[in-house]
Amino acid sequence: MGNRCAVIGVGQTKYQTKRRDVSIAGLVREAALRALEDAGLTFKDIDAVVIGKAPDLFEGVMMPEAYLADALGAAGKPMMRVHTAGSVGGSTALVGASLIQGGVHERVLVVAFEKQSESNATWALSTHLPFNASLVVGAGGYFAPHIREYMRRSGAPDHIGTLVAVKDRLNALKNPYAHLKIPGINREMVESTPMLWEPIRYLETCPSSDGACAMVLAAENKVTGTPAWVHGTAMRSEPIFRAERDTVSPQGGKDCAADVYRQAGITDPRREIDVAEVYVPFSWYEPMWLENLGFAGEGQGWKLTESGATALSGDIPWNASGGVLSSNPIGASGLIRFAEAALQVRGRAGEHQVEGARRALGHAYGGGAQFFAMWIVGSEKP
Amino acid sequence: MREVAVIAFAQTKHTGHDEGLTEPELISPIIQEVKERSGLTRFGFTCSGSCDYLAGAPFSFVSALDAIGAWPPISESHVEMDAAWALYEAWVRLQHGDVDSALVYGYGKTSQGDLHEIMTLQLDPYYLVPLGLDQVSFAALQANAVGAEPGELREIVRRSRADGRANPYALDLPDPGEEEYDVHPLRPMDIAPMTDGAAAVVLAAGDLARELVERPAWITGIAHRTEPHYLGVRDLARSASAADAARAAGVGKGPVEVAELHAQFSHEELILREALGLPPGTAVNPSGGPLAANPVMATGLIRIGEAARRIIDGSASRTVGHASSGPCLQQNLVTVMEA
Amino acid sequence: MPSDPLVAEHVLEFPGGYTRTTGPVIGRFLTELRDGRIVGVRTADGLVLVPPLEYDPATGESVTEEYVQVGPAGTVLSWAWVGTPRKGHPLDRPFAWALIKLDGADTSLVHAVDAGTVKGIRPGLRVRPRFKPESDRIGHITDISCFVPEVTTMIAPVRIEYRIQPGRSLARFLEGVRDGIFLAGRCTRCDKVYVPYRTTCPECGSTIGEELELPDTGTVTTFAINNLPDPRAPEVPFVSAYILLDGADVPMIALMGDIPAHEVRQGMRVKAVWLPPEERTLSMTNIKWFAPTGEPDVRL
Repeated sequence: MGNRCAVIGVGQTKYQTKRRDVSIAGLVREAALRALEDAGLTFKDIDAVVIGKAPDLFEGVMMPEAYLADALGAAGKPMMRVHTAGSVGGSTALVGASLIQGGVHERVLVVAFEKQSESNATWALSTHLPFNASLVVGAGGYFAPHIREYMRRSGAPDHIGTLVAVKDRLNALKNPYAHLKIPGINREMVESTPMLWEPIRYLETCPSSDGACAMVLAAENKVTGTPAWVHGTAMRSEPIFRAERDTVSPQGGKDCAADVYRQAGITDPRREIDVAEVYVPFSWYEPMWLENLGFAGEGQGWKLTESGATALSGDIPWNASGGVLSSNPIGASGLIRFAEAALQVRGRAGEHQVEGARRALGHAYGGGAQFFAMWIVGSEKP
Repeated sequence: MREVAVIAFAQTKHTGHDEGLTEPELISPIIQEVKERSGLTRFGFTCSGSCDYLAGAPFSFVSALDAIGAWPPISESHVEMDAAWALYEAWVRLQHGDVDSALVYGYGKTSQGDLHEIMTLQLDPYYLVPLGLDQVSFAALQANAVGAEPGELREIVRRSRADGRANPYALDLPDPGEEEYDVHPLRPMDIAPMTDGAAAVVLAAGDLARELVERPAWITGIAHRTEPHYLGVRDLARSASAADAARAAGVGKGPVEVAELHAQFSHEELILREALGLPPGTAVNPSGGPLAANPVMATGLIRIGEAARRIIDGSASRTVGHASSGPCLQQNLVTVMEA
Repeated sequence: MPSDPLVAEHVLEFPGGYTRTTGPVIGRFLTELRDGRIVGVRTADGLVLVPPLEYDPATGESVTEEYVQVGPAGTVLSWAWVGTPRKGHPLDRPFAWALIKLDGADTSLVHAVDAGTVKGIRPGLRVRPRFKPESDRIGHITDISCFVPEVTTMIAPVRIEYRIQPGRSLARFLEGVRDGIFLAGRCTRCDKVYVPYRTTCPECGSTIGEELELPDTGTVTTFAINNLPDPRAPEVPFVSAYILLDGADVPMIALMGDIPAHEVRQGMRVKAVWLPPEERTLSMTNIKWFAPTGEPDVRL
C-alpha cells in the first residue's frame, strides 16, 4: 500500500435539506476551510485537490471541478474529479490517499459534496435514456427486492429494520452536523410511517441533504496534531448484470473487506475494529453489511443488530455519527463515513465518540451495490 | 518513481455519426483488443473516464463495467474527466508497488447532442452559463486573444486533416476550403469534428512491462495542473497550467520527436506548442489529432496512446502526450514517454 | 315589502392633500430617501432609530444630531401577508407587510415586501429596498416602492436535447419483443444465458455470439411493492419483480399484474401478458406485465 498516509484535518458542513444561504463554492469552501483549520494549514500548504460528487445532474453543473478549481485554492496545482456512484465519497478519499501512498504528494485536500436541493434527488438518480424501460423508481425501488430476499434467506423478523432506524437517529442527536434530528425517536414512530417501497418504510430511508465534507491527508513527514493513520485501503467493482450475482451479499463487498483487513492485519473484524462507519442508506443494510463485511456469519447479522451490539453503547458501534440514515448529501456521504472513522480514532468525535476507539472502518458503496470503497484508520502508526 | 510504461493501446475506428452502438458496445471490442495486445486478462487496477452529460443520463459508466469482464470483482475507479486523468490515477496507483498492471479506458459519443451547448454546462453556473456562452464562442474568445494568422491556422487544419486521412482510426475530412466564420475568428474547419469513439490503454510496471512487450513506452514524466476558471481572470493567450505541467513532466529535458496535443481548436495548438516549449523539429499530431477525430472523454487518452504507440512500434524514442480539460485549456496534463 | 334602504356615497378628503411639515428629523430622513439613501438617528444611549424619531421612544429624551446611514439591506422580523391588496396599498399584487430591521439599525421599519407568494416570506428573510426611479422620488416613504428579497436563488434552466439509439443488443431484443419473443444470448465460455439479449458477457467480457429464444414463463425471485406513483405503472401500489425466465441465468425486472400487490410471492410462477400483436411497437411496453400461471410455487 505504499508510503504511510494520515488524516490530519477533517471539516464538515451542517447537513440539511436546503442550504439556501450558500453558493456551491460556498458550500465546499465551508468544509474545506474547516478541514484546513483543523490541520492548522491554509490552501497554499496543499499540493493537490481531489474532488468527488455523484451525478452532475444534481446541480446541473457538468464537471464542476472546473468552476470550483479556484474556490478550493487549486490554481497552479493538480486537481482531479472522481465519480464512482454512491461510493464516490469513499473513492475520493482513496484517490487522495493514493497520491500520498504513491509518493507523488505530501499534502492533499479531498472534498466531496452534493447540493441536492438545486434539483430533486429522485429525478437526478432515476432519469434514464429512452428504450431502457427500467421499472426502478428511486434508490429504494432498486434496493427493496434485495432487502426482501435478505429477510427471506435469514429469517430475520420484521422489526430489525426499525431498530436500526431508531438507533442511528438516536446517534444523530449527538452529532452537531447531522441532518435528521428526531427527538423522542422510537420504534412506534418508525412503524407508524408509511411503506414507500415495501418492505422499506419512510423512516427506514435516508434523507436528501445538502452538504460537503473535506479532509486533509498528509505523508508521514508532514503529519501534525493528532493523526488518523491509514492502515488499509481498497476498492472493488463488479458487473451489475452478471448471471447468478448475489445481490444480497455481493462478492465485491466481501473481496474489498478481505483486502482491507489483510492490509490492516485484521482477522476478526468484530473484535479488532472498535467502531465502523458503514454506508447504510436503508436500515436493513446494517444487518446485510454486518454479514457482507464479516462482522457476523451468514444469516446472523440481524441477531447482532437485535442484541444492541451495534449501538453506541454496544461492543461494535456502527454509525455512531447517525450515518447515512441521518445525513445524506449523496456525493459526500461516503467521505463522511471515512472522515467520521478518522474522527473516532483521533478521539475527536465529540458526544458520539466511542471510548478508546483505536481502529475504525470507513465504508461506502454505490450503483446496484456493485461499487465498494473501504479504509481502515487507526490511532497508531501502522 | 517506479518505472511504469504504456504497453498496449487500442482505439475504435472513430465515426462522425452515430453508428447505433451504446457506449458499452463501443468499448467492448477495444477492451478485448488491448487484452490481446498486452497478453493480460486481469489487471491490478482499472480506471475509466466518461461524462454523464454526453451520455444524456446519470451513471453512464455503470453499464460500461458490464462490458469489460469485471469478474471476479476488480479494483476499479472512475473519473468524470477525460480518460487521460484515469491514466494518471492508474499511474499513481502503480506507484504503490503492490500491483503491476492497469487497464485504462475512455469513451464518448458526441453524436447524441449538441456538444458545443453541452460544454456550456461546464462553466461558472452563476455568471457564465446564464449567458449561454457555448464552447465555440469561448474558444473564439481565446483564439482572438492569441491573434493567430489565418494562414497559420489554415495550415494546421490542412496538415491535421491530411494526417487524419492517413490514419485508419480518424475521420476522412477534406482539405479545408473557403468557409464563412462560425464565431469569428473561428471557422468550422478550426473546430474539432463531432466524433463517436473510445480508446483503451494498458500500463505495466518494471519487469512485467519488459516481459510483455519489446519496447515499452516508459513514462518518464507525468504531471497535470489547473488554473482559475473564470475567463476574465486568465491570460487567454497563454496556458500557464500547460507550461507548469510540461516543466514538472520534464518535457524540456530532451528532444521531442512526436507530440500529440489535445487541441480541439486550431489556435490551441499554437498556445500548447509554446507552453510545452516544443522544438521546431517536433512532429505535432501526426495522427491528425483532435481536428481529425474528437471522441470527447477519450481524446486526451488517445493523445497519450498515439504518442506511446510511436515508441512501442520503434518509430520514435521520446514523445509527448498532452490532454486538456475545462474551458479554454483550463486544465492540462502532460506525459513524457521514452523508449 | 321592504324598500331599498336610502344610501349615499360620502367622501371625506381634504382637497389636494394635507401639507405636512416634517421637522428636522423626518425631513432629513425623507431628503436622504429622495437621494436613494436610508438614514437613522442615534439616541443618547447609542441606539440607531430607523425610521428616525426626534425622541427616544423609550425615555422621551431628545435624540442626538448624529445621522447614520443604514441598510440598504435588512432582515424581516415579522410579517403579514396581503392576499388581496387594497387601493391604497403600495403594491397591486399580493405582498407582505413586514417589520424590517435594516443593517445598522436597532429598530425596524414597516414596509411592503414583494415576495411573490406567501411561501416567499419568512422571519429572517434578507431584503433590500427597490427605490423608485430618481425622477419620481419626491421625499416620501413610498420613494421605496417596496422591499424585495435579496438574491439567494437563481433559476438555472438546463435542457440538453439528445438523439438516442437503443444500441445494437437492445434493438435486437426489442425486435423480438415486438414479435412476442424474449431473445437471449448465451456466453459459450461461461455457459450462462442472458436476457435481455446482450453482445458481451458481464462475467468474462467476451463476445456473445449465440442467440436463443426463451419462453415467456418464469419465476419471481424477489420483488418490491411500490407505494409511489410512476407513469409506467397502471396503479399504486404496483409490484416490480425480478423474474427469472425459464432457461435464463439472470432475472429481468418487470411489472406484475392480474394479482393484488400483497399476494405476490417469491417463487411464484408467472407468464408474460402481451399487448395484442397489432398494438405492438419496438418497445418494452409490449409486455403489459407478468401474471401468475397458477402453477405451484418454486422453492428458492
